[in-house]
Amino acid sequence: MVPLSYYLVLSGFLFACGVAGFLIKRNIITIFMSIELMLNGVNLSFVAFAAHWHSLAGQVFVFFVMVVAAAETAVGLAIIIAVYRTRETLNVDQVNLLKL
Amino acid sequence: MSIHLLLFLAFGAVCVAGAINLLAQTHPINSALSLIAVMAALAGEYLLLGAEFVAAVQVIVYAGAIMVLFVFTIMLLNAGVEERTTGSRVAVLFGIPGMLLGSILVGWVVLRHSGTEAVPAGALPGDPRTLGQLLFHEFLLPFEITSVLILIAIMGAVVLASKPPTSPAGKVD
Repeated sequence: MVPLSYYLVLSGFLFACGVAGFLIKRNIITIFMSIELMLNGVNLSFVAFAAHWHSLAGQVFVFFVMVVAAAETAVGLAIIIAVYRTRETLNVDQVNLLKL
Repeated sequence: MSIHLLLFLAFGAVCVAGAINLLAQTHPINSALSLIAVMAALAGEYLLLGAEFVAAVQVIVYAGAIMVLFVFTIMLLNAGVEERTTGSRVAVLFGIPGMLLGSILVGWVVLRHSGTEAVPAGALPGDPRTLGQLLFHEFLLPFEITSVLILIAIMGAVVLASKPPTSPAGKVD
């Protein structure tokens, strides 16, 4: 028997790590992976609350989050490839214009 | 200490270690591998909560498909060790204390106010049959909308990643 709060603390920690990675990392791919870490933290609290409230809707939401994450990854990695093709760098400090 | 709590702590330790390793590593491929470890351990947590189908999808889609896409991109772009700049030093200065403060605050509030009501292992069996019925009856409209979203995302990825059309010889655009 694990209290619900333990799951929420773990989820919050993963989300905080994602935010910190988003701020600290300079590599655009690693920044993207930090976003995935944040989404995973949110998914954990969805599943924990689903078990707590006895409602399967929480688990269905996880699928929607996964679909959005997959779509975001596909488009984001394509944008990263396009940026690399014109800038020859992955450092976000050197990518300061949206124009390709 | 029950076996359930022991398993939770074991998977949780892998999650925490992987998340910290993601921040500590400077090479993106190491960060990607530690993120895969986090996702696999999260699948274990989902199994403890009784969400079997979500755990399977987590391993197949997240740790499998999405992370393979990341690793392929890292190898395609030949990403090297990231360089530190002045901007990132300021981010470290504010990011790490902010992260610690945020997680301590969230942990304190949650542990203080949410009570000690325990979630029993496998409390809510999330088998594919029940989930599918819910997904295709109550959540049919969001399901269809996400299918349109993912179609648009596929087309956008193809358009963005395709090589720009080469201009005819002798012509400067």
